Amino acid sequence: MSAVRERARGRSDVPPRTRTFVITPVLVVYLALAVLLVVGSVLVGVHGGVLLDHGGILNILTRGTVLGLVAIGQTLVIVTGSLDLSVAYLVGLCSLVAAETMAGSPAMIVPGVLAALVVAAVVGLVNGLVITVLKANAFIATLGVALVLRGYLEHNYTGPAGSVPRAFQHIGYDRIGPVPVAALLMLLLAAAAWWYLRRTRTGYHMYAVGGDVDVARLSGVRTGRTIVTAHVLCAVMAGLAGVFLAGRLGSGAPYVGTDAGYDLESIAAVVLGGTALAGGRGGVAGTIGGVLILSTLDTIFDDLGLDSFFKDVVRGVVLIVAVALYARRRAARRST
Amino acid sequence: MAVTHGTSGADDPVAVVRLEGIEKSFFGVPVLRGVDLLLHAGEVHALVGENGAGKSTLLKVLAGVHRPDSGRIVVRDEEVSFTAPRDAQAAGIAIIHQEFTLLEHRTVAENVFLGREPVRRGQVDRRAMETQTRQLLDWLGEDGIEPGTEVARLSVARKQVVEIVKALSADAKVLAMDEPTAALADNEVELLYGLVRRLRDRGIAILYVSHRMREVFDLSSRITVLKDGAFVTCVPTADLDTDQVVRHMVGRPLEALYPERTSVPGAVRIALRGAGNERVRNLTFDVRAGEIVGLAGLQGSGRSAIARAIWGVEPFTTGTVELDGVPTRVTGPRTAVRKGIGYVTEDRKGEGLALRQSVRDNTLLVRRAACRGAAARQAADLTRLLGAVGVVARGPHQEVRYLSGGNQQKVVLGKWLAVRPRVLIVDEPTRGVDVGAKQTLYRLLRDLADDGMAILMISSELPELIGMSDRILVMHEGALAGVLPGGADEEAVMGLATGHQPGAVA
Repeated sequence: MSAVRERARGRSDVPPRTRTFVITPVLVVYLALAVLLVVGSVLVGVHGGVLLDHGGILNILTRGTVLGLVAIGQTLVIVTGSLDLSVAYLVGLCSLVAAETMAGSPAMIVPGVLAALVVAAVVGLVNGLVITVLKANAFIATLGVALVLRGYLEHNYTGPAGSVPRAFQHIGYDRIGPVPVAALLMLLLAAAAWWYLRRTRTGYHMYAVGGDVDVARLSGVRTGRTIVTAHVLCAVMAGLAGVFLAGRLGSGAPYVGTDAGYDLESIAAVVLGGTALAGGRGGVAGTIGGVLILSTLDTIFDDLGLDSFFKDVVRGVVLIVAVALYARRRAARRST
Repeated sequence: MAVTHGTSGADDPVAVVRLEGIEKSFFGVPVLRGVDLLLHAGEVHALVGENGAGKSTLLKVLAGVHRPDSGRIVVRDEEVSFTAPRDAQAAGIAIIHQEFTLLEHRTVAENVFLGREPVRRGQVDRRAMETQTRQLLDWLGEDGIEPGTEVARLSVARKQVVEIVKALSADAKVLAMDEPTAALADNEVELLYGLVRRLRDRGIAILYVSHRMREVFDLSSRITVLKDGAFVTCVPTADLDTDQVVRHMVGRPLEALYPERTSVPGAVRIALRGAGNERVRNLTFDVRAGEIVGLAGLQGSGRSAIARAIWGVEPFTTGTVELDGVPTRVTGPRTAVRKGIGYVTEDRKGEGLALRQSVRDNTLLVRRAACRGAAARQAADLTRLLGAVGVVARGPHQEVRYLSGGNQQKVVLGKWLAVRPRVLIVDEPTRGVDVGAKQTLYRLLRDLADDGMAILMISSELPELIGMSDRILVMHEGALAGVLPGGADEEAVMGLATGHQPGAVA
């Protein structure tokens, strides 16, 4: 009798097999991107231009490269249930470290890149340790580290410094057709991060820690180590962004990260990509979609010659609408 | 070894875990004072005691969460010392906590292997994870669960199965279950019984912590009683009856658990006339001042839906509601509060309390939300309120999450008393509450009724419903199936609740 009841219950528990096609947040993001590209093309077309010509594609991808690098890292920490507000200053700092170490000498390219990444990793380590050992809230901890970095930059730099050898500047400008090499590298790193989150043990643990720290700890996950790893990786991604920008600008610039607002912008891209700000769900695929949506929006606005106020308003509205939509979907699922 | 005298039945039982003289203090307050416990392979061993008797602490010592100040933990003849939950896991001890340790948005297999994911060529071997999960589910006879399903999609009972599978996959030989039925619906409890018995038959030692005497007697072969952190006794279940166990727990004979029905029903406080909505239909009944009216029915019969409708969460769409003779429309909780209706929800931690806030803030929550200008009287009133409900806390500033279940429930009651409602709805008022605190809560509810409050009480524990109510309304599939007098027998209630002849369902 109870077995029969159990069978019957089973049917209500598991969704029917026939519905194999599921609308995931990632799918929604890329659909939105497609719609945006179509609408944008029409708008720009009416305005007498072409959105997706050689220059347009180049523009979208170039804008997306740096933000993409930072947002990939940000995805890792947000999935883990943390947050990194220090990335913008870190981007600037790493551009300086790279450019000053290279000092125009091609022989110093590799040491320059490595130095920048080591500095980034150390900052990430500090972020992670402050959060796990000192038990500071991630928001405050990384904001504090951001302030420290700002203090250092403001005290020591007034403008661009260091110099990047020609050979390394290629990284900023080489391209295959309309596709910048750097954008491909960014996508490659995105793929690697996707694999890392979805296939490795540490990736699994990041979702677990973000989903519920206590559950993860009680299940034997080394939660502190997981959080620190996420922060180090996030910082290294920001470091790469800094190195790339140094290559593109030919020198290091202290405020190159903050001027572009990569801290909040990267969080926006992650959230736009369907990753829960509270952690535990989401992923890199969505984030790249979010990055492309933001950079496409910017390109459309430039083509239309809109002023920056309107631009910011639209970006804000897009972000809020996206998050509200995710919240609705979640509420709808819960009530069924 | 003082406990072995109680061993029964099985010839030469194998001791899997032995706790000897466990002592543990927090901030100088002794919580465990020399507790002994002996678990055999293939037995269900009940651990009972009032809240605060030290059961949870003992479980945490066993799970490696707390280190005992003194005493020995012996696992399979080997003395061990746990510094972290990992160590206990490695020794084959798993705890099924009241709150599930599952990640809602990960799959069954991912949860089962959390922290121990098998790795092949640098990446997690998902196929192995799913196969092994399926094997364990089959082994338990729970083949209705798919390893690839997201846990959020499972029912509470199935989540519990996943929780158990998770423990077993870590090769647990000892499973400690803390109030495993607390979150389950009535019909799911039976499924759990089956599962526990299958685990026992497969040689797992089960430590079963529960307040519900019926479960203890249905399932266990031996009972260990704790009181005030000390070991009282360990006896074969067959040698005891409920009264004796309760007496051991309380340490004194419990005078009648349910207070006498002293009140004389007064004027009608709340009257429903043909009220209904999507979930319930055509309800007509009164609750009078001074009366406790019980609401019985199976899970899903509309018991809680009535409460939610009266309180305006999902309001009635047909019929009328009269409060003190005045037709009233309650459109939301806020109106309900202002009209003098209180609602002690079923989900104490989720809906009843702001767990991280203080006793004081929780007690004053409703009043602050619903009344104006009451701030001046707060301080004096708070002491009176907390005294009236008998909350035992370190002080009004202690966070409620540190209180026992019984004390938390008293805070919830205090929260409503602060606004002196005319009608009080209580949904499962004693869930997860120990016997001693239950008695206090019953006394409190009866006193409130005597003071002229109309109380509507929902409960799935029939003895409590029958013992407390002046009248019992029985729901069946969204409609009122009948009204029984207080003290009616369980069979009559179940007969109406199942829509069958009395006695058709045990």
